Amino acid sequence: MAELWRPIRKILREPLGALGLFLVLFVIFGAVFADLLTSWDPTKINPRDRFQGPSTQHLMGTDQLGRDLFARVLHGGRIALFVALVSTAVSLVIGIVLGLIAGYGPRWLDNLMILLFDAMKSFPTVMLALALVTLMGPSLTAVMVVVVLVTVPGYARIIRTQTIALKTSEYVTAAQSMGASSARILRVHILPNVIGPLVILASMDIPVVIGIEAGMSFLGLGVRPPTPSWGSILNDGFTNIRDTAWIAIAGGVPIIITTLGFTFLGETLRDVFDPRLKGR
Amino acid sequence: MSSDPILKVEDVQVSFPVGGLGRKNAILGVAGVSFEVNRGETFALVGESGSGKTTLARAANGLQEISAGAITFEDQRIDTLDRKAMKPVRKRMSMMFQDPVGSLSPRMTVGDLVTEPFRIHGIEGRNLREEAARLLTLVGLPTSFASRFPHQLSGGQARRVGVARAIALDPALIIADEPTAGLDVSVQGEVLNLLNDLRERLGLAMVIITHNLHVVHHVADRTAVMYLGRFVEAGDTEEVFSAPQHPYTAALLSANPEPDPDKTHDRITLPAEVPSLLARPAGCEFHTRCPWAQSRCSMDAPERQVTNGRAVACHFPLEPGARPPEIVEKAAS
Amino acid sequence: MTTLRIDNLNVTFSTEAGPLHALKNVSFDVPENRIVGIVGESGCGKSTLINAILGLLADNGSVDGGSILFEGQDELTTLPPSRMRDLRGPRIATVFQDPMGALNPVISVGKQMLNIQYRSPLSKEEKLNRAVEMLELVRIPDARAALVRYPHQFSGGMKQRIAIAMALMMEPALLIADEPTTALDATLEVTTIELLKDLQQKIGCSVMFISHHLGVIAELCDDVVVMYAGEVVERGTVRQIFQDPRHPYTARLLECDPARQSERTRNLPTIPGEIPDLRARPTGCIFANRCDRVSDACSAPPPDKDIGGGHIARCFVADTPAETGVTA
Repeated sequence: MAELWRPIRKILREPLGALGLFLVLFVIFGAVFADLLTSWDPTKINPRDRFQGPSTQHLMGTDQLGRDLFARVLHGGRIALFVALVSTAVSLVIGIVLGLIAGYGPRWLDNLMILLFDAMKSFPTVMLALALVTLMGPSLTAVMVVVVLVTVPGYARIIRTQTIALKTSEYVTAAQSMGASSARILRVHILPNVIGPLVILASMDIPVVIGIEAGMSFLGLGVRPPTPSWGSILNDGFTNIRDTAWIAIAGGVPIIITTLGFTFLGETLRDVFDPRLKGR
Repeated sequence: MSSDPILKVEDVQVSFPVGGLGRKNAILGVAGVSFEVNRGETFALVGESGSGKTTLARAANGLQEISAGAITFEDQRIDTLDRKAMKPVRKRMSMMFQDPVGSLSPRMTVGDLVTEPFRIHGIEGRNLREEAARLLTLVGLPTSFASRFPHQLSGGQARRVGVARAIALDPALIIADEPTAGLDVSVQGEVLNLLNDLRERLGLAMVIITHNLHVVHHVADRTAVMYLGRFVEAGDTEEVFSAPQHPYTAALLSANPEPDPDKTHDRITLPAEVPSLLARPAGCEFHTRCPWAQSRCSMDAPERQVTNGRAVACHFPLEPGARPPEIVEKAAS
Repeated sequence: MTTLRIDNLNVTFSTEAGPLHALKNVSFDVPENRIVGIVGESGCGKSTLINAILGLLADNGSVDGGSILFEGQDELTTLPPSRMRDLRGPRIATVFQDPMGALNPVISVGKQMLNIQYRSPLSKEEKLNRAVEMLELVRIPDARAALVRYPHQFSGGMKQRIAIAMALMMEPALLIADEPTTALDATLEVTTIELLKDLQQKIGCSVMFISHHLGVIAELCDDVVVMYAGEVVERGTVRQIFQDPRHPYTARLLECDPARQSERTRNLPTIPGEIPDLRARPTGCIFANRCDRVSDACSAPPPDKDIGGGHIARCFVADTPAETGVTA
């Protein structure tokens, strides 16, 4: 328990970190307990109640189809967090594997992979998204594929650089002299020493991912209606801004809160645990 | 020499490519070295930075490819083995690296570190926790250290962990690169005593690479002095120390300040800097710095002469207690 | 006059696990025109001492008691940072283990040596001549040509000598040399210390020479300060310390140097045990847990006993010579 408390105490000591942690927990709480917090079905259309302002019955009002916005925001949070966590995790795994191979493998393979990473990175995100959606059709999977493609090159490069630095370190040479296989050296001696900073950087990418999901859903390239997403709620609000501002507010505020929360938390994590990464 | 060498190094060369496109060049880090290490013996490689001693040790351990020569370990040619075939050899020969803490994986516990050889070689049927305790006891560390991490250790403790790991699989030979580097004086002795003790108890042979001549004096049976990738002198430690025959050995020995303020410093000063491996001097490679150099030395390279197990590569080997000529006229280049 | 007088200096670092008393009642003098060697093993507080003198203690460190008096007038513990900056360099120069800490890799040596003299009223020509003169003093071959070269074009030994030349160019009153020869090979090490001694006499400055290499200290220094776990356990002239050590730690440390054993032995002396945790200093003698002359008295703080002739040891039994076990 004490092991777990120490880092948390360190974060809480920084005002921004404490705020970030609070906001993030707040959002997660909402997403996890969505069904307990509201009895409304986020997809149930109720034309008679459209464009209602906040009331005790509809805490955030209703949208143009009379759906309860509070329920939609909570369930949209689920989507946002799901996309963020799953695609970041997938990116991490792919990025780590590619980075380790590039860093530890032969020089030509490294050069080839770097070329590939740079090519992937040079694609503008929106263009990539459009291209993919044209191929796959709009879906949550498309969003996640875009996120993975956008973030993997960066992760792989970080891992590669550190792997190269550790490749010639004495403890790796020592493992070689004991007869350890490359796989074992990568798994036991290199991976645990390169993964920490990457996880911190990835946590700082979560707001970006949430932004991508919201952005694509806003453009109609992400989740299909009627599934709620903050981006699609925002889009509903945008088209109906003349009737009521509540929809746009309901879609926008969670994005801001989540983005700020993860950013503050990520930056504090970085400053507290790995100050060397500052400025990245 | 003795009939039972465990390690035999014959005319080994190690070359490194230098220069970029167009002009491909190579420098010789180790330029033809031969020696043998007998079972149960401690052999010391002495030299300053750039002398090629670490490269030679890594070559002997198969971490560095050689460009010429042969290395035989326990009657088996090992320089031609691939990584897979080399693996069983690594059970019999272990290596210790310079940095006591830096040669230990930072996120592994001491217990995992010392038993890593068992896992690497897939040795089953042993209780690794017991093995860790046994090894730690053997090197004089409390068994409770098994749960510590390298950064929680002092230099001397980390070095002991390195020793424990090196002896884990009962090797026949340990190659120790600067075993006292980074250690306080009060701890140096501890580590050397431990190595000596283990050598006697386990019948190990040992190759010690160091720049510290005082260390060599107390632990090594035989000593070889390296300069620019070659042996300039080799022989019984006691003899090399009491009567160095090569001027470089003499200079090295005299360059060691002794902790006695009243000691008159009868020092052999070398007039020039170490030449670059890219431009090896003609003739005897030490002549640019040798206070005794004569005209012949800049022209032909001296052959290695072996008498009574004592090898020296010098045209004019020193008499015991020789002093350099008073005025040394040398271009300081 | 005394160039540097350190009196009862205490430095504490606040750490997560509580305050760490890094220097405890440290007192010694660096007299004018003398080389004072500071000896000690890792954790003895050498770096903290240097940083305290230079006013460069980390943010969590503070001087809580004692004084550092420079040239009889400047109290370094309370000097405003701007004034401290004026002293660092021209008056208190430093040389460290890695010469690249002092040399800028992308500026030529000549330019760097000009920059150091920015305050001097000399003309550019005269400043360049001064630079050449200094490089010649540290035996850089073809000094004038060396001015246009960059640090990486020199060997390690030459880089360190250039760093020494730069440190001494403004003729400081005090040179703090922190392990300046540790990274050098033995043959270079001795030429570098001989050079340092020469230069010190020519320029007439005081030197505080920090090293763990007892041989170098014995050869170079006039006075010696022995530190252990943040305390000065013994100080005196180089002969007093090396020939008549009174603190058991000094005696044991000298014994451990393999160079001291002229007879070949397979069993080298050591000091068993570890430095105590500085966050929980024992109330008594700091060396008691490793000392072979320990007695009940040692649980009380030992006095700084004056043996005479400036020889002082922080030990109850300092009146009697410590057994060295070795006839040097």
